[in-house]
Amino acid sequence: MNYLWGDSLSGFWSAWIIVITLGSIGIAFWLLYANRKTDKTPDAEGNVETTGHAADEIEEYDNPLPRWWLQLYVGTIIFSLGYLLLYPGLGNFAGLLGWSQESQWEEEVARAEERFAPIFAQYQEVPIPELATDGEAMQVAERIYLNNCAICHGSNAKGGYGFPNLTDDAWLYGGAPENIVQTLTNGRNGLMPSWQQLGSENIENVTQHVLSLSGLEHDAERAERGAATFASVCAACHMPDGTGNQALGAPNLTDDAWLYLAPGQSVADSVRQTLRNGRNGHMPAQAAYIGEDKVHLVAAYVYSLRLED
Amino acid sequence: MSTALEHPTYNYKVVRQFAIMTVVWGIVGMALGVILAAQLVWPELNLGLPWTSFGRLRPLHTNAVIFAFGGSALFATSYYVVQRTCQTRLFGDKLAAFTFWGWQAVILSAVVSLPLGYTTTKEYAELEWPINILIAVVWVSYAIVFLMTLKQRKTSHIYVANWFFAAFILTVAVLHIVNNAAIPVTAMYSTSIYAGTIDAMVQWWYGHNAVGFFLTAGFLGMMYYFVPKQAERPVYSYRLSIVHFWALIMVYMWAGPHHLHYTALPNWAQSLGMIMSIILLAPSWGGMINGMMTLSGAWHKLRTDPTLRFLVVALSFYGMSTFEGPMMAVKTVNALSHYTDWTIGHVHAGALGWVAMITIGSMYHLIPRLFSRTEMHSVNLIAVHFWLATIGTVLYIASMWVNGILQGLMWRAINPDGTLMYTFVEAVEASGPGYIVRLIGGLCWVAGMLIMAFNVFMTVRRDEGARQPIPQTA
Repeated sequence: MNYLWGDSLSGFWSAWIIVITLGSIGIAFWLLYANRKTDKTPDAEGNVETTGHAADEIEEYDNPLPRWWLQLYVGTIIFSLGYLLLYPGLGNFAGLLGWSQESQWEEEVARAEERFAPIFAQYQEVPIPELATDGEAMQVAERIYLNNCAICHGSNAKGGYGFPNLTDDAWLYGGAPENIVQTLTNGRNGLMPSWQQLGSENIENVTQHVLSLSGLEHDAERAERGAATFASVCAACHMPDGTGNQALGAPNLTDDAWLYLAPGQSVADSVRQTLRNGRNGHMPAQAAYIGEDKVHLVAAYVYSLRLED
Repeated sequence: MSTALEHPTYNYKVVRQFAIMTVVWGIVGMALGVILAAQLVWPELNLGLPWTSFGRLRPLHTNAVIFAFGGSALFATSYYVVQRTCQTRLFGDKLAAFTFWGWQAVILSAVVSLPLGYTTTKEYAELEWPINILIAVVWVSYAIVFLMTLKQRKTSHIYVANWFFAAFILTVAVLHIVNNAAIPVTAMYSTSIYAGTIDAMVQWWYGHNAVGFFLTAGFLGMMYYFVPKQAERPVYSYRLSIVHFWALIMVYMWAGPHHLHYTALPNWAQSLGMIMSIILLAPSWGGMINGMMTLSGAWHKLRTDPTLRFLVVALSFYGMSTFEGPMMAVKTVNALSHYTDWTIGHVHAGALGWVAMITIGSMYHLIPRLFSRTEMHSVNLIAVHFWLATIGTVLYIASMWVNGILQGLMWRAINPDGTLMYTFVEAVEASGPGYIVRLIGGLCWVAGMLIMAFNVFMTVRRDEGARQPIPQTA
């Protein structure tokens, strides 16, 4: 019987709960029992005589409790007592069924694992580039993507302001299967520091230089001056030629792909803002939520997005 | 004016003030509800401004309908009923006047502070600590006025309506003070003295008893006076009123944990919340039966008396929502219904169908008497209001049932591979038509309330006219 008795409550509180619960139900029952009968007899209309007192001309009959109502009431009490016998409720008494919401959850997860794990385990065996061409697997993967990833990256995977587009070739951390798995499993933290200390003149020059890297319209003279600052400050992460460094997640500045381009904003404004205030991107780790098998499958889905075109 | 009153020693001034404000706040609160319903159809109506966003207007709506509309109705009817049934003048004219002005000040504070974003984040208890102190002071004054009037009664017996009013007043004082116990940090910011799950449990002990005592016991008090009065029939069973009163106030106290099924709340507390909610079914229906059966021998009056229709339909919705409530408290049902629009539908079956209908019926009985008229300006307009309110309520709750069950089923639907069949946004998209139907229901309600305001205005104005006989031009 020991498994029936938990220890989450001290003996006193457990007893207190049992006493007031059963006491309250007992009083509710007594209330009914004491009033179940009346010695008054109904008149021709079927009503029992009034109580004799009137309030603002309102009189009160003293009809007996409707029988079906009384039975309903007793029925709910019996149901409740039965429930308290089977399920946890009376303090530390765990109930004869040994049920708890935790055990229910564990059982449901175990059942789901048993049923669905083989499906995903089978995909786990297939290398990502091959899996990415398996239409059925990609349908399953798309559902996982839509429920877990689409809220940031969009249902078309084209991303948005601050959220990378997954359908282009502008990879921050690399687009090889192992890179994508790594990103999904452990997440990423992208940090571009603020360069406010360069001063507005230098920031403008570097901005023009960055525009020139992607072949966008720029002020050539300022870009020239900005090149020196770029070489001493930015090249450490973005590389001297501005092609970026996927090991650090430093974006390629020559591909005209702009992660932080707000709707309606000019590229120049976006770059200035980045230089002045810095940026902080965060991709949450997914392995803890969806498990490694599904990470593998979603990685294949992300990989497949570029194959489609 | 006083010569026309049935009993000149009664304090009707404060009752009149609260009765008029019931209509005013009813329009304000329900109009806010319509705006929110429209925002769920057209999110652009948030206007991109913080003060008009859904998150800030929603607590304003709930506070306005529960505490401003419902509260004013309860003050008005309890002050009226306690005087009439105790055959004595209301205790403390000045204190009663303070409860009126104090309560209006509380409501105005809510109207200002909630859109500005001040909130404790506790549902139905969003107001910040300085306002909470004012509420406590007003409420204690209310208790003193009401209980002292009872004490000075000229009758030997305390009428059943007053038991319910007294229970409601005393319990709400306890609930309000305990749930809002907080440590002030700044002038408009405080933190609850409870932490984590205990805070949640205290909040829903309060939250469900706000329903049980504010929105049920208080309005049952209203029902026990205005139904027999309007039907001109004796109350069906004194015995039943005793049993269901004590059972109701005892069992309601336990029902709160059903708001926290499948959460960090311990299993035992969840179970007790569930079984006590089920036991609550019969005591709740006791009130419905007693009201309904009071009409036996007077059913024909429904044909000609729309005020009585309001009262009876209110009882029907009361019976329906007090069946729905225990059902939704069952864990397996709750697993489907929780967090869906079904909950919103259930609340409005109670709030519109029961609370607002019984209030409006009571007001149509009360207002002509307060202003020395034999009846309202137009009985036909009461009938129009009745149909608008009934259709509005049905549209509202039916659309929310459909939406709720739809959402619950879509959220849990899985594919053969165990993945979710629908994304969250697909369930939102599927709810669109329901939101439009709900909006139409809400518009019916506001239209009805505007008709009521017109009817009340005309009724009251005729009284003004009688006092000051100025030649009428048209």
